[in-house]
Amino acid sequence: METLEQIKARIEKSVPLTKLDILPNECPLGERSLLVEAGRAFDVAKFLRDDAQLRLDYCSNVTGVDWPETVIKTKVKKKVVVEGVEKEVEETIETLRSGHLEVVYHLYSMALKHGPIVLRLRTENRADKTHLPSLTPLWRGAEFQEREIFDLYGVIFDGHPDLRRILMWDEFVGFPMRKDYVAPDDFEYEPTPHDEVLVEAKKHYPVEVDAVAATTANNLNKESMNP
Amino acid sequence: MIEAGLKNELQKQGVYVTSLQELYNWGRANSVWPLTFGLACCAIEMMAASMARFDLARFGAEVFRPSPRQADLMIVAGTVTKKMAPLVVRLYNQMPEPKYVIAMGACAISGGPFKQGYNVLKGVDRYIPVDVAIPGCPPRPEALLHAIMTLQEKILNQKLTGPDRPRHLKAEVEGAYPVPVYGRHDLEPPNNPALWQPPAIKR
Repeated sequence: METLEQIKARIEKSVPLTKLDILPNECPLGERSLLVEAGRAFDVAKFLRDDAQLRLDYCSNVTGVDWPETVIKTKVKKKVVVEGVEKEVEETIETLRSGHLEVVYHLYSMALKHGPIVLRLRTENRADKTHLPSLTPLWRGAEFQEREIFDLYGVIFDGHPDLRRILMWDEFVGFPMRKDYVAPDDFEYEPTPHDEVLVEAKKHYPVEVDAVAATTANNLNKESMNP
Repeated sequence: MIEAGLKNELQKQGVYVTSLQELYNWGRANSVWPLTFGLACCAIEMMAASMARFDLARFGAEVFRPSPRQADLMIVAGTVTKKMAPLVVRLYNQMPEPKYVIAMGACAISGGPFKQGYNVLKGVDRYIPVDVAIPGCPPRPEALLHAIMTLQEKILNQKLTGPDRPRHLKAEVEGAYPVPVYGRHDLEPPNNPALWQPPAIKR
């Protein structure tokens, strides 16, 4: 298969007005991906499917990713002259990365036995502009997975034939897989809570949980004293 | 009631004497037909229990019925999600009396590893009465066989008359259990208070 740079160049030549980015991936596999503008995504995907050299006829996986608004801190070394002496000072620069929702498509070719090409689509923000073009008309297998992403992340796929919730019930409000989703507070007693559940348990049963923690700590102390 | 000694003596002479209650319960206990109904991985163990190696047929419970109208036993085998819970209750309501429920595995009993999640019911006993609970994740087929035997024992000891007769023989008790409806975040109501109350903690 061609390199991602070659594919990018060919797409930009064939599909008018398209700007693509190649996104790095820091995992050991280093699988890079193509970031496609939402407006041109359908045409780009159609090109990838129909191109004779690529023929990506199989969409194996569609995933949603939530990127909330975050402050990214980068450290930069700077040379500053203090009292006539040159010193190296570290400076942190804070940049605000705006939040968005991302949809990742993994494309393979069954005919030519190659892949994957990873396609990434991003919404404008996480609140009101969460529209993306649906790729279900190109790959029928994406239908349920796009519905799932709509259900759990709230991405609205324009052109999807049947966009409804699939895992949660229709009356459900909210998108549970978003990072800022707050589940209803229906905590119930657990005899041995730990981690996040322990935090919840302390909120609901303060005295009881502390007593349990104290007795277990005592027992541990006794055990360590009498080996 | 006939004395146990006399009954024994008569049996030696080739006369079998019993009560209608015993006969009736004996028949019921040995033909418990479960509903074909699996929700998650526990259902695989349930299938294994019904196959030749574990052979649920030894207990007369091999006839898995595809319709609740023909079933006596509901084996809640697996995670009951909040989306599935109203359907489980509806299926239970559609079964004819007398009917029994086995909650199979950690999820059906309490929600299991998903207990503190937003989408899983914290135990099926919130909406339907559970007769036997099998712990395990998933329980082995032997555990299901043990549950069937426990249920058989329970059926054999049921009274047909008197104040402690089972619920379905009391004419004044409502037959069907209320089916919860889907709410904005949870089922409404979140449990059936007549069946289940949140656990009280000593402070």
